[in-house]
Amino acid sequence: MSSGSGFGDEKGGSSSVGEPEYGHDPASGGIFSSDYKRHDDLKEMLDSNKDSLKLEAMKRIVAMIARGKNASDLFPAVVKNVACKNIEVKKLVYVYLVRYAEEQQDLALLSISTFQRGLKDPNQLIRASALRVLSSIRVTIIVPIMMLAIKEAASDMSPYVRKTAAHAIPKLYSLDPEQKDQLIEVIEKLLADKTTLVAGSVVMAFEEVCPERIDLIHKNYRKLCNLLIDVEEWGQVVIINMLTRYARTQFLNPNVNESLLEESGEKAFYGSDDEEGKEEKAEAAALAKRKPYVMDPDHRLLLRNTKPLLQSRNAAVVMAVAQLYFHLAPKAEVGVIAKALVRLMRSHSEVQYVVLQNVATMTIKRRGMFEPYLKSFYIRSTDPTQIKILKLEVLTNLANETNISTILREFQTYIKSMDKDFVAATIQAIGRCATNIGEVRDTCLNGLVQLLSNRDELVVAESVVVIKKLLQMQPEQHSDIIKHMAKLTDNIQVPMARASILWLIGEYCEHVPKIAPDVLRKMAKTFTNEEDIVKLQIINLAAKLYLTNSKQTKLLTQYVLNLAKYDQNYDIRDRARFIRQLIVPTDKSGALSKYAKKLFLALKPAPVLESPFKDRDHFQLGSLSHLLNAKAGGYQELPDWPETAPDPSVRNVEVKDSVPEWTKCSSREKRKEKKVEKPFYSDSEEESGPTESADSGNQSNQCWLSFHVLSKQNYTRVFLTRICCLIKQSLLSGAEEKNRAQKVKGRRSGSESESEEEEESESESSRSESESESESESDTDAKKKKKAPVTKPPPKQAKKESKKEKKEMSLLDLDDLIYRSFKILPSVTLHSFPQLSRLHLLKSPLLTTSCPTIAPSGSVKTYELLHRITGEGLGVEYCFSRQPFSPDAHMVAVQIMFTNNTNAETKNLHVEDPKLQSGMRIKEFPEIELLPPGEMVTVVMGIDFCDSTQAANFQLCTHIRKFFVSIQPPVGELMMPVFMTENEFKKEQGQLMGMNEISEKLTLGEKCQNEHGIVQRVTSAANVSRVPCGSDKECRFAGKTVSSGILVLVTVATKEERAAQLTVNCEKMVIGTMLVKDILQALTQ
Amino acid sequence: MIHSLFLVNSSGDIFLEKHWKSVVSRSVCDYFFEAQERASEPENVPPVIPTPHHYLISVLRHRIYFVAVIQSEVPPLFVIEFLHRVVDTFQDYFGLCTEAAIKDNVVVVYELLEEMLDNGFPLATESNILKELIKPPTILRTVVNTITGSTNVGEQLPTGQLSVVPWRRTGVKYTNNEAYFDVVEEIDAIIDKSGSTITAEIQGVIDACVKLTGMPDLTLSFMNPRLLDDVSFHPCVRFKRWEAERILSFIPPDGNFRLLSYHVSSQNLVAIPVYVKHNITFREGSSQGRFELTLGPKQTMGKAVESVLVSSQLPRGVLNANLNASQGTYTFDPVTKLLTWDVGKINPQKLPSLKGSMSLQAGASKPDENPTIIIQFKIQQMAISGLKVNRLDMYGEKYKPFKGIKYMTKAGKFQVRT
Repeated sequence: MSSGSGFGDEKGGSSSVGEPEYGHDPASGGIFSSDYKRHDDLKEMLDSNKDSLKLEAMKRIVAMIARGKNASDLFPAVVKNVACKNIEVKKLVYVYLVRYAEEQQDLALLSISTFQRGLKDPNQLIRASALRVLSSIRVTIIVPIMMLAIKEAASDMSPYVRKTAAHAIPKLYSLDPEQKDQLIEVIEKLLADKTTLVAGSVVMAFEEVCPERIDLIHKNYRKLCNLLIDVEEWGQVVIINMLTRYARTQFLNPNVNESLLEESGEKAFYGSDDEEGKEEKAEAAALAKRKPYVMDPDHRLLLRNTKPLLQSRNAAVVMAVAQLYFHLAPKAEVGVIAKALVRLMRSHSEVQYVVLQNVATMTIKRRGMFEPYLKSFYIRSTDPTQIKILKLEVLTNLANETNISTILREFQTYIKSMDKDFVAATIQAIGRCATNIGEVRDTCLNGLVQLLSNRDELVVAESVVVIKKLLQMQPEQHSDIIKHMAKLTDNIQVPMARASILWLIGEYCEHVPKIAPDVLRKMAKTFTNEEDIVKLQIINLAAKLYLTNSKQTKLLTQYVLNLAKYDQNYDIRDRARFIRQLIVPTDKSGALSKYAKKLFLALKPAPVLESPFKDRDHFQLGSLSHLLNAKAGGYQELPDWPETAPDPSVRNVEVKDSVPEWTKCSSREKRKEKKVEKPFYSDSEEESGPTESADSGNQSNQCWLSFHVLSKQNYTRVFLTRICCLIKQSLLSGAEEKNRAQKVKGRRSGSESESEEEEESESESSRSESESESESESDTDAKKKKKAPVTKPPPKQAKKESKKEKKEMSLLDLDDLIYRSFKILPSVTLHSFPQLSRLHLLKSPLLTTSCPTIAPSGSVKTYELLHRITGEGLGVEYCFSRQPFSPDAHMVAVQIMFTNNTNAETKNLHVEDPKLQSGMRIKEFPEIELLPPGEMVTVVMGIDFCDSTQAANFQLCTHIRKFFVSIQPPVGELMMPVFMTENEFKKEQGQLMGMNEISEKLTLGEKCQNEHGIVQRVTSAANVSRVPCGSDKECRFAGKTVSSGILVLVTVATKEERAAQLTVNCEKMVIGTMLVKDILQALTQ
Repeated sequence: MIHSLFLVNSSGDIFLEKHWKSVVSRSVCDYFFEAQERASEPENVPPVIPTPHHYLISVLRHRIYFVAVIQSEVPPLFVIEFLHRVVDTFQDYFGLCTEAAIKDNVVVVYELLEEMLDNGFPLATESNILKELIKPPTILRTVVNTITGSTNVGEQLPTGQLSVVPWRRTGVKYTNNEAYFDVVEEIDAIIDKSGSTITAEIQGVIDACVKLTGMPDLTLSFMNPRLLDDVSFHPCVRFKRWEAERILSFIPPDGNFRLLSYHVSSQNLVAIPVYVKHNITFREGSSQGRFELTLGPKQTMGKAVESVLVSSQLPRGVLNANLNASQGTYTFDPVTKLLTWDVGKINPQKLPSLKGSMSLQAGASKPDENPTIIIQFKIQQMAISGLKVNRLDMYGEKYKPFKGIKYMTKAGKFQVRT
């Protein structure tokens, strides 16, 4: 009777109220006689009126449960107290109930009504806990009650209760899988919940009940991505794992292009003329695939929103993000996870164990990622053996030609370790390095041979086994090693090593003709005392020698075979019989014996020393199945990428929802409201300027206007108000404007197409939104600007030269902004902007005069991307507009102007196949569907140059041709202006001294001796802004690089005559030196 | 997810079990005991053990194995991280997480486990939320409860559970408002036989003890945030703000918590504050070995190196060590062959040394491995990376808090190969 001993050691009741009696030696119990009495005692206490006695009794009962003692016979007495007023007693009763309800189903039903009452309680904690307990009672009769309760709780107003409902779903499902359909309905409802509290729990329920219903996720995908950062950490893990699977079914493989590039290149060479019929199909398929890879914005959203979670303190979250990146991110971006994973290695050894397993798998596929962290995997003598062996695995995977010498040196110290299992693993690791890296094979082999004289037998044995494998690769050159090993047979006792030596000698007996028979002689002597594997190898050796050197070894072989014939092990007896028939020719022996030599001495393929982690990545990383390398129950296979992406529009949430949002954020007052609604983190996002909002995904798309208004950079604000004016005017006084526009258009280029009518109607749809937009404010603003005196008119000559160009440029800038504004309105397409640009032309004088002081975009240089002759009539120019590129703040905006000089239409202009340096990224412009002859169109694309002046190469495709083009940025365009005060400037400069400072003396050019000239030259050479300065001898400028935001400070100090000194302070020396060169040139000319 | 939990002590007894779904027989732990027997050292028990119907995931803390039983696929780190969180919570509640402490507070432990997991899925793991649900046991409270009959269990939903700052409860009140931050850096290093550094890195943490009234919003800025290469935050830190301005902005949890842990970028050279001169030799054929060890400070920026403790696992062949310490005391355990030398403070004028001979097993051949020397030390009032907190500001509350920042450098995994 198991319960008996449980009560034995409980001390008498009321003497120790308030203190659970537990910490007593179990051996002291076992007074069987008092068992029943004690039961009665507890029952009595439970029946009493005093809460304190009840509590004491419950505490003792729970203590019994905790120790695994049976307390089920108290069930009736305990259940009576389920409605007890004392909350602690109640809780403990719940604990008891949940534990024993399954065993006492009928009695458990007594308690149900209490919970049903609890479900209606005004206190949300009580509602939630009633549901929790009710759903935890594993009694099938109450399934309908549970179902009802869950459904009701799913629409409770308290998110905490809804969360509990989500938790209850898998409980009910495991109790009665028949309820699946109804439960899925509840899950669907809860998935639509917008609170972070519920998100994690409901996804958990989804994973347990219906992981195959991926269609339920579509509508909630974006919401989940955006909520992710605010969800509690455990929920994050579940959501990320689920989204990984989701993304694998919905998006295209981002790395597909790399593998395809090579393939298609080959095709172009070989598969040109012949075999047309057969290849046609394949080529068609390849063509379909060759369509440029554009990452689905939703795919990007997922990657972007999970990245910050790499900084989580929870190892499981970090691992989840790491596996997501490993499985979903483009190759170039996977690298970011390495640092975070290496950080986890500092954690508890269990965490290390799991992380190292995953790192080992990753290093096979993407070795480069972890190479910089090689030293983090060095082994410490205090590491547990299992960690050491995993680290060794990682080190071996990371070994390549450049680092092998350091790794081998490290291995050398490991061999001296006291931990012999680890030493054995190290020797194997050396063997694997030797096979993988040809250059060090001899070094390794020599090192291993030295180990043969080690005193520890295990070490020697392991070396022998590894040497055997290595020698198999090139036996000819190493007969001396084989001889050396033959000598070892006298000393080594480890069976595996002896067997390996014997096999080696047998296999290469022709290289050691003198020693081999002698070894056989020795082995024959000790045959009876050997282990089985050694015996088998002795027979093997005998057979091989008999075939090659029968004169010397015939008798020995006979002797060995006879010994084997009477061995205890039947394997050995069988082998002996079999070999005798094969090699000793008798009249009965068949044709086989003729081929005996071929059978035994066939060339055997060298073994491949492979990592045990190879191919483990077909399991989702971070999963239990991956760790065990075996499918665990309930594991959801990671699907392969689809060939073509399923319809992305399924993730669109109804337009109805998105439009109000746009209007909401376009007016200032309402935007404030919105801010209040937002979750905790997003709040601070908005405040911190343009860089942030670009990161925050969808939100930035919804309200770029608000972010521009908010942004501290004045010039965008000016542009913005102007645009607002323009849009408004153009739309309100449509006809009049149109006429004027026509005039201007006529002046500019004779033959622009006449498609205003439809454009007008299209843009009309945006009127309602734009009207409300800061009307009065922008008006007054605009007037102010008009009146504002132009403080620094540019020198006349320069103005003349660049006048026309300048005009165009500022217009184009506007285009850019307007284009972005319209991207959000679904009904407006690209067609609408030629017209808009014409409208702005009217206002251009105003713009150009008011702008230079604020935005130093005075003289923008245009570069040629494609000459119209090489482009067969298509001329393409580009320039750096110096505007922030709103979809991604780390990108440089490049404006591209297409001119169609042919007589035919050019269609489908788009970018294909970007070939970029690692880290560089391109955001293509949207495809231009049609470019009529003689027309000109301007688009903006973003390139992240990673702060280098490396060119970005890509293909420009029309519907008929492809052109290889490249954009190389001057160093000055890799930065953007930063506004700072003189003091800030000095402070920053103080931190960037020494190596980070580059100074150059120069003589100023004739035309830029005054301050104004210098400012103009510098700002045209680099996208920096002027820093206000007290002294007139110095001009200061500040900027930061676009990609990584590193400060660039420029100082020009003028001296007597035309001498001056230029100083550039920048952390990146390359950028600094290049910038000095460029500015120097600009100033001296 | 997590089906059941068993706590196993060092002698192999299951002293607590808790089931969140149907009951799993404790015989499932036999597979664990098998693995435990196979492992030579306690920490070599594999964290994940597959059995025919279940998977066992275990962590070892304070010489107690926490064995979780899993029935189906779940990320192993999820379980491991959760188990560690359980241990941290126990530690937080009971001061230390030993078998005795758990047995003494078994009801609180049970209530905690009940709140932390629902059906095997984590429900409330934030210590602030748990403390509102179940008040930590103190002697005073026990006495009060006995007299008044009130309970340790909260009746209201914890305020943190529903707010956007789940880690902080509302209505916190203190008479002395104070915020302390400890910047603790650890040097992990492997030093070569010749004294050259093979690898060295600095890992740091900022632990905080914040006792402030109301809902304060703190910002902490550094003089040199560029030093921080890889960081991980408490969930309270606003990540975007850090990304943009390198400022830690957060609404702190109440009480003790780890604000930040960081890694100092590996480009920066790590200053190694101590050096070791050693000469440990065994001669072939002789049953004696020489042992000489001298410690000295270097690159400590004038700060004293304190609490120095040297330990080394000597080869198995060593029978005894007869040494002479110029300072502090040494012990040699002839069973485990562990030599420890408690040095104390290093005096740069008179360097501490430990010299003498080791006696080896007669007739045994000379051990071919050389022992590794593990060094622990502390340096007060200095963060070895040079990290400095610039300022701490508080917004959202009117009172003036008392602020304090302490720096310390410690040896992490600091090993010298000989």
